[in-house]
Amino acid sequence: MLKTSLLCSAIAATLAFSPAALANKANDTLIYASDSDLENISPYHNNMREGVILSHHVWDGLVLRDLATGKYQPLLATAWKWVDPTTLEFALRKDVKFHNGGAFTADDVVFTVNYVLSADAKVVTKQNVEWMAGAEKVDDFTVRIKLKEPFPAAMEYLAAAVPIYPKAYFEKVGLEGFAKAPVGTGPYKVVAATSGQGVKMVKNPAYMKDSPKGQPKIGKLEFKVIPDGESRVAELMTGGIDWIWRVPSDQADSLKAVPDVAVLSSETMRVAFIIFELHSDVPATKPFQDERVRKAVSMAIDRKAMVDNLVRGGSRVMDAACFIDQTMCVQDTVAKYSYDPAKAKALLKEAGYPNGFETEIYAYRERDYAEAMIGYLQAVGIKAKLNFLKYPAMRNEMYAGKSPMTMNTWGSYSVNDASAFTGNYFKGSPDDRSKDPDVIAWLKEADSTVDDAKRAEFYGKALKRISEKAYVLPLFSYSANYAFTKDLNFTAQPDELPRFYAASWK
Amino acid sequence: MLNFALRRVAVAFCVAFTVAVFSFFLLHLSGDLATAIAGAESSAAQIEQIRVQFGLDQPIATQFVEWLWKAMYLDFGRSFYFQDQVTTLIAGRLGVTMTLGGLSLGFALLIAIPLGVLAAIKRDTWVDRVALTISVFGQAMPSFWFALTLILIFAVNLRWLPVSGSGTWQHFVMPVIALGTYAMPAIMRLTRNGMLDVLSSDYIRTARAKGLRTGTVLFKHALRNAVIPVVGLAAVQLGFMLGGSIVIETIFSLHGLGHLAWEAISRNDYPVVQAVVLLLSVVYIFVTLVADLLNAALDPRMRSN
Repeated sequence: MLKTSLLCSAIAATLAFSPAALANKANDTLIYASDSDLENISPYHNNMREGVILSHHVWDGLVLRDLATGKYQPLLATAWKWVDPTTLEFALRKDVKFHNGGAFTADDVVFTVNYVLSADAKVVTKQNVEWMAGAEKVDDFTVRIKLKEPFPAAMEYLAAAVPIYPKAYFEKVGLEGFAKAPVGTGPYKVVAATSGQGVKMVKNPAYMKDSPKGQPKIGKLEFKVIPDGESRVAELMTGGIDWIWRVPSDQADSLKAVPDVAVLSSETMRVAFIIFELHSDVPATKPFQDERVRKAVSMAIDRKAMVDNLVRGGSRVMDAACFIDQTMCVQDTVAKYSYDPAKAKALLKEAGYPNGFETEIYAYRERDYAEAMIGYLQAVGIKAKLNFLKYPAMRNEMYAGKSPMTMNTWGSYSVNDASAFTGNYFKGSPDDRSKDPDVIAWLKEADSTVDDAKRAEFYGKALKRISEKAYVLPLFSYSANYAFTKDLNFTAQPDELPRFYAASWK
Repeated sequence: MLNFALRRVAVAFCVAFTVAVFSFFLLHLSGDLATAIAGAESSAAQIEQIRVQFGLDQPIATQFVEWLWKAMYLDFGRSFYFQDQVTTLIAGRLGVTMTLGGLSLGFALLIAIPLGVLAAIKRDTWVDRVALTISVFGQAMPSFWFALTLILIFAVNLRWLPVSGSGTWQHFVMPVIALGTYAMPAIMRLTRNGMLDVLSSDYIRTARAKGLRTGTVLFKHALRNAVIPVVGLAAVQLGFMLGGSIVIETIFSLHGLGHLAWEAISRNDYPVVQAVVLLLSVVYIFVTLVADLLNAALDPRMRSN
């Protein structure tokens, strides 16, 4: 009898101390989780999607693109005009304060632009900023951004990937201090950033009143790093966290049956593709210097079946090396490779590999997609070993020419223009493993003209060559499965950028 | 005893030194560090500058001595990946790992020793069978599966415990059970066999013949001898749990040393990997040393050889 009552009181004690389920609406705290930590919270110093999300919550750019109309709206700038084809002039807001209380002026814009262009800054994705030549101050609230050459997607980049930093604070604390205690003008301000664990934010009460982002509604926002997918789902089901994404389709199906959880699926701008190594001395990469082998791989993989059975939820097969709905992602002239294992085998035989060969494939996310492709390659005789690494490590192997096939993905930084894709992978950067001089020249031509017809012509030429030579194999667009508590009003956008500042509790 | 202790300490130092040599040179075999630090888009001049700045242009022996010298003052340099000193990173994660390892070992001993003694006393009865079954399960179950099952039962269905994190004591309950269960079977079997050996020995028969109470015979005379090999095993298990809790730390989002090591390895963060390898080895060597000394204190025969 005594024992039983002891046991009961022990259980009662446990229950009393256990966290109340779904308490986050009550606490006005939205906790969202993802698997990867950031190498650096400063948006210019990481190229992770988790970083892009933080960037849009903690910082603001000069303008913001309206998703519905595609028009640019004033954010930190109130008005802008092209002075000449390589000079953009912005009039700035006068009432904006940074999170630390410092006033926002033209100096901050000039500093940010010139800092990110300097070699010391070591910006991770140079494509986002290298179209600018510099910035100069006209007066305290007017600034001019000089371009290296005419660049039609300038406004798109300013809206998506050029957040403005506080000059005085950054100069005081340096990049290292900034990474630990970042300061911006955005709807949320960071109160704690702990390496390996996440970022805590609170609503910025002084956020600019008529921002097109709107006023943040949820009081506290927290980004949590939970490396294990099953644990993320379990946390969501028990109310430990409120929002997860990149839920595999099969898990999304079972989550739909959970009463407190809502599931949302939609296509995103993220495109998966295989990069072939064309110029390395590493023996394993040799076969891929032969165009026929690259084409054989392209025909060996049933991308349609992968879309229908694995990716699902609105994903589509991609043929051009960009996201199909991006401006200038010219589709009609590109070579399309349909699933044809017999032809793939014949091509391999022709290339001198009648019995196939052994090679490696590198990947960093969706192990199941990579494994499916390995299965398809096996069927035509290519025995590929999977090297599954973290993104920065995988990228280093690829840069060193050690990866024969790299399964990469690219979300274009949510920039709705094909240049955000081709510029990073075919314009001679380390990510460009084909380094075709014609393609590089055409893309330079296309990126530096404001004439839409001419842009279409040159992007068309470049994308056609890329597909005909099979420099990369575009696979499919991603679908994003989001799962979150039913207490939350949340809408997803194809640019894979969750906007928690627009979310609210029901 | 002093002589024995000194010899053991000397051996421990030699092992620690060997490990330091290995952890330093193995990583230097994995490629040009200067290129790795500089990043992909750096020029030859920048790489050269970094080579000088980090002392990578020095002969490798000089680099090693310098690294070891600094390591003795717990200065392991900066992480390539995280914007922080390696020592700060490790200090921040050590607490979680030590708590997890210590509690798990405590849990394992608490279950394993009584169960082992019981199984020995009630040899070949149903009690022994139950103990055997438990140990087989503990040994055979993959820890990640067991951990997920615990989450499903206690967090998702019963809602008694939080799924992941390390904020409160409740956060440690499931990880400790999952990790401890893995260490428990070996300790239990060793206790049981030790007890069986000892219980059939002459001095126990003598003790019983003297008319001592069963409890005194079991716990004062038998267990003390039977538990000697268990001390050594427990030390090894603790070392294993400190370094080998990566899976458990990942599932429960405990940002400890194992998880840090895993992150560092997958991101080629050499200074962190080196420091973690060295630190875990030193801890391992230290617990083994303590176990040796403890054994010698428990059993005077150990001191002579």
